Amino acid sequence: MSAAAAKPILYSYFRSSCSWRVRIALALKGISYDLVPVNLIKDGGQQLAIINYLEETHPNPRLLPQDPKKRAQVRMIADHIVSGIQPLQNLSVLKQMGEKKMEWAQNCITSGFQALEQILQHTAGRYCVGDEVSMADLCLAPQVANAERFKVDMGPYPTITRINKALLELEAFKISHPSRQPDTPAELRA
Amino acid sequence: MRDSDGAQIRNSYLQKGALSPANIALPCLRVPEMPSAHAFFSLNTILWCFQHITLSSFSSQPILYSYFRSSCSWRVRIALALKGISYDLVPVNLIKDGGQQFSAEYKALNPMQQVPALKIDGITISQSLAIINYLEETHPNPRLLPQDPKKRAQVRMIADHIVSGIQPLQNLSVLKQMGEKKMEWAQNCITSGFQALEQILQHTAGRYCVGDEVSMADLCLAPQVANAERFKVDMGPYPTITRINKALLELEAFKISHPSRQPDTPAELRA
Repeated sequence: MSAAAAKPILYSYFRSSCSWRVRIALALKGISYDLVPVNLIKDGGQQLAIINYLEETHPNPRLLPQDPKKRAQVRMIADHIVSGIQPLQNLSVLKQMGEKKMEWAQNCITSGFQALEQILQHTAGRYCVGDEVSMADLCLAPQVANAERFKVDMGPYPTITRINKALLELEAFKISHPSRQPDTPAELRA
Repeated sequence: MRDSDGAQIRNSYLQKGALSPANIALPCLRVPEMPSAHAFFSLNTILWCFQHITLSSFSSQPILYSYFRSSCSWRVRIALALKGISYDLVPVNLIKDGGQQFSAEYKALNPMQQVPALKIDGITISQSLAIINYLEETHPNPRLLPQDPKKRAQVRMIADHIVSGIQPLQNLSVLKQMGEKKMEWAQNCITSGFQALEQILQHTAGRYCVGDEVSMADLCLAPQVANAERFKVDMGPYPTITRINKALLELEAFKISHPSRQPDTPAELRA
């Protein structure tokens, strides 16, 4: 059987940081896909599994360094964001917080970013770990976008800010941006 | 390397009971608990730092910072046991003294102020799956990931679901915010997570979460089931999760690393 594989289908919500991570990975690896907009994604945080699968089946360009210790740093940063920050400010948790919602989200992100800023001071080059874009960067940019939505003061996080700025200049981060998706509402469109 | 001195210190700290050769295959050194956040310059702090530095400087073994009851720590303990990696364990009590993970000493080691953290090969790694992936890459046998990329994706998906989708929502810092709604909140998080997991496992499971080999998914499952039991979640609706958990708890690595058998397990909870 030599039929070409059908294009992957990505179920995505324009604003979901989890969806954006995967869109960045697909863009970086030059993988065409069909996007099916979904309005309410259950943020199960399984996007790293998808990104790892893409990494293993489409190894170029790489999203993980070759050195196992640097790989551990990339994963640690990615996991910190994906397990340690994002779930705590996801929709279902925020609903529980009622009017304390904004304050709660800001606290989660702030305390997560405080730790991250310290770690990045050891690991960062141009990007989160050294000078190559990795899975850590795919997690960082969407989380900074969340921080901005919740009006977190980014002043205390110069390394995070600098890296985010460098990432947003990359084509893959631009085309996959929440403001440019098929399901982006008119008023939020770039 | 001061071998004889090293051996002497190790022997003086080796605990009987939980760490006796009968029920733990690996040598494991117990170091006194982390100093509290309030005891910055106390003798206790100085003593801990001295022992910690001494341990780091002549012990070439990895050092795991762990809390007996932390499900995240248990995942890593299982991985170390499965791979036959000896390590020294430093208990960090998440409750005592306002939480020893918040001490300045621990923050310097792990800015995320959480357990587990593993000091290995000259680096310190936090985040349980990052640690486990590193162990997988540097100690490939026995494998914790299948060879096939699609099956690997299933393992990771299940692990990620637990590690990002369930556990963080019922961890200490979130529960503190929930006040008296704590129990109900934890039960809801776990229940909704397990509902999804039960369905996934019906497609992927063999003897274990994915097929018949223990994987990273299983390392995440057993500790999460233990959490479910602590929060009195009714496990009736999850027969696949229950069956797999039972099979896992029969394995030696899951037994030795169990929360009830750690150096810092309180007497009343000890197996």
